[in-house]
Amino acid sequence: MSAPILEVSDLKTHFFTRAGVVKAVDGVSFSVGAGEIVGLVGESGSGKSVTGFSLMGLVDPPGRIVSGSVKLDGEELIGLSWNQFRALRGSRIAMVFQDPMATLNPVLTIGTQMRLAISAHDKTSNRAADARAAEVLTRVGIPEAQSRLGAYPHEFSGGMRQRVAIAIALLHGSQVLIADEPTTALDVSIQAQILTEMRDLAAETGTALVWISHDLATVSTLASRLLVMYAGRIVEQGPVATVLRDPRHPYTAGLLRSLPATAKPGQDLFQIPGTTPSLLDPPPGCPFRPRCQHASEMCVTDPALEMSGNRGLRCFHPLRETVNA
Amino acid sequence: MSDPVMKPLMGDASKAISPWRDLWWRFCEDRVALFAFGVVVLLVLMALFAPLISPQNPYDLSGLSLRDARRPPGFVGSGGYTHLLGTDAQGRDLLSAILYGLRVSLQIGITAGAVALVIGTSIGIAAAYARGFVETILMRIVDLQLSFPPILLALVLVALLGQGQAQLVTALVAAQYAYFARTAFGAASAERSKDYVEAAAATPLSARRIVFRHILPNAMPALIVVATVQIAYAIALEATLSFLGLGLPVTEPSLGMLISNGVKYMMSGRTWISVYPGIMLIILIVAINMVGDHLRDILNPRLDK
Amino acid sequence: MSGFIIQRLLQAIVVMAVMSVIVFAGIYSIGNPLEILIPPEATQDVRERTIARFGLDRPVVEQYFYYIRNLLQGDLGRSYIYNEPVLHLISGRLPATIELVLVSVLGALFIGVPLGMLAGYRPDALSSRIIMAVSILGFSVPTFWVGLILILTFAVELGWLPSGGRGDTAELFGTSWSFLTLNGWSHLVLPAINLALFKLAIMIRLARAGTREVMLGDTVKFARAAGLSEWTIMTRHVLKLISIPIVTVFGLELGSTLAFAVVTETIFSWPGVGKLIIDSIKNLDRPVMMAYLMLTAGLFVTINLVVDLVYALLDPRLRRGGAA
Repeated sequence: MSAPILEVSDLKTHFFTRAGVVKAVDGVSFSVGAGEIVGLVGESGSGKSVTGFSLMGLVDPPGRIVSGSVKLDGEELIGLSWNQFRALRGSRIAMVFQDPMATLNPVLTIGTQMRLAISAHDKTSNRAADARAAEVLTRVGIPEAQSRLGAYPHEFSGGMRQRVAIAIALLHGSQVLIADEPTTALDVSIQAQILTEMRDLAAETGTALVWISHDLATVSTLASRLLVMYAGRIVEQGPVATVLRDPRHPYTAGLLRSLPATAKPGQDLFQIPGTTPSLLDPPPGCPFRPRCQHASEMCVTDPALEMSGNRGLRCFHPLRETVNA
Repeated sequence: MSDPVMKPLMGDASKAISPWRDLWWRFCEDRVALFAFGVVVLLVLMALFAPLISPQNPYDLSGLSLRDARRPPGFVGSGGYTHLLGTDAQGRDLLSAILYGLRVSLQIGITAGAVALVIGTSIGIAAAYARGFVETILMRIVDLQLSFPPILLALVLVALLGQGQAQLVTALVAAQYAYFARTAFGAASAERSKDYVEAAAATPLSARRIVFRHILPNAMPALIVVATVQIAYAIALEATLSFLGLGLPVTEPSLGMLISNGVKYMMSGRTWISVYPGIMLIILIVAINMVGDHLRDILNPRLDK
Repeated sequence: MSGFIIQRLLQAIVVMAVMSVIVFAGIYSIGNPLEILIPPEATQDVRERTIARFGLDRPVVEQYFYYIRNLLQGDLGRSYIYNEPVLHLISGRLPATIELVLVSVLGALFIGVPLGMLAGYRPDALSSRIIMAVSILGFSVPTFWVGLILILTFAVELGWLPSGGRGDTAELFGTSWSFLTLNGWSHLVLPAINLALFKLAIMIRLARAGTREVMLGDTVKFARAAGLSEWTIMTRHVLKLISIPIVTVFGLELGSTLAFAVVTETIFSWPGVGKLIIDSIKNLDRPVMMAYLMLTAGLFVTINLVVDLVYALLDPRLRRGGAA
């Protein structure tokens, strides 16, 4: 693999609340190659969204990136001043969020919002900006883009709105696009459309995509590599097909088993016993221990990330057998 | 401790504390608001025990001597004691007058607030529960009233009804119940449309039970905030009316009346007659508002961090 | 859109009609105007003539219609006290009040909103806390008290500004306005600050609350993710979003400000409509009270209408049906 466009090392983002320290992201490491699509999966409460925010430098107080390194095309992002980071946001690294009705300003036309996004990094005339905006909108699949510039977000359907948000994110040709549950708020039929469109768009523009989601099924159709997150850490990572066919971490196995698609008809749906742990002052050791059938005394200490080839694992008792598909 | 990013991260830890305890803890976090709360409690106690702690009974006309009138703070009067804050135009000890005035002001403010709360909440909840035509009529009236400035309404009512405590309270209540009605209506409507209430309303379960056990408790936080602010407003309004000469009769001076009495002496340098009652009034109102403010901040679910 | 306007206009007319009935009924029941109009020792003859002249013996309903008819022709009756046509009385004093209220209200808006946004941007910073503390004072302390203190400090102790009255005026559009002269401003400053304080406090708090809420939302996050500067976000996104509730409250509070002008005018001896109404309440001058209240009601209704229109302008979602 050529030099990764995004390299994350031991990232830790903690929230300092009145109740204690919430270790939302506690030692996350991964890298993304140029033009690669990577899926970051986990349940809610796993810290995946916070990871996304951390990469953009958008962690709100009382949260803070405590330690670690994030390198965008070799350039270290942690420690940059607000203004330095701002110059990169939207131009070299961009993000789209879950609900486009909330991310787009309802009282401004999309033309205005796109102009603002353009002028954040380039000083151009309004006409030039509009032309550029129309071009990108057409790219994402919005018909008659030029005339739609004067429209307001509520005049678009959900899928179209998300396309507008994606267009804004791609205005400056960012090298990395982080997508935080971008299709979760959309109709199922539109979801598939947007998925394929984004994949093709990413391929076209050469943008690396970090797709954050709780939906293992959809992510696996899109991504080439999978990063499974649990309790603020990546517990398993590897090529999609391999991980799905041959999960090593008990949690990944449990996730796969609980997918409705893998259930046998007539049987109860499988559920991983126990609940997601609180990340408030977590106890030491492997966070999955309370729910793991294979846990032993060893698991009281934190397993480190071990890479073997292109797979990574944080577990003292990796699974050997394959899951019955 | 409930926001979309944090709550799932904290799991079950966020449910362990009782809501009232939690409220008190969070209230105490802002030391300034806590201090304000202490001040309010202190003032209420002072007002309650005014007859016991004030050096002189300002209503006792026989004890007054005009020779003592308009004396600066520290003056030793014919009664033999030191007037800590001076005397007013009638020779009354200002400290005593202020304590009694505080009492009157608080009495009126709290009474007006409480009555407006009860009336307004009843109307609001009734409108939300009954829905349909009743709701439209009631809320139209409330809306109309809300757009009319309370002070104007109070002025006119006082002119209509004459002077006196009961009349003043009526005027204040009429001017303020609409805020309670609107707030109660909002909270009650939101609750009313929830599925479990719809279901309950379809059963023979008495309306009263539904209202008291479900709708009312959910409206409480908003109502508490409104009540605090409205009591402060009632006190200020009464003071303004008294100042303009349209409030209480001269025999039971509230703080506003005391200030008004002293205005003519302000220009000639005898400022204490107006200023001290004024300071007391300000402390009272500001303290109540600070408490109400903080309550509003912590009870607003959308701003939770 | 025009259907919307017509509907609101009709509503406004209905409201005015209802108000006129209520106000008339209320005022009609206070006091006995005879006591004001004629000295107690007047003869029976004088009494009867006065009654006939003012139509006081006719039934209420007839008096009401008589009043409305005159009102629509521009005749608001004659003041019992000043023995002048009420319209004349009011219109003579109206410019002074309008001037005072406008200066106060605009000041409150253009100073309050930016301060509030600043406080909402960094809610825990020292500057924010100071701004909020000042705002609590501004909205708790009764207007009359602030007025007194202002006079005491600036007029009596420091002697910088006059303690009352209106300053020199200059003509504009056929009426005299004091904001056109420097001396006029020196007289305007204190009462305007006095009147503005309450509204300023409300604008600050509203802007702060709105800003805080918006800052925590996704729109700001997305804008930041796109690399917009904080200044651009505040002035282009946040401001537009909070302007809706601000405009609504601004309109509603405008009425309150007009009402509080009554207090300010009394303290500063400002020759406006407010002082007139206080005196007329004390003296039970019915025609003036009636006229003032009708005027206020009319103003309210107009303000509400304008606010509704501006609301529709600011929030595009209200303009048409809105797509799915």
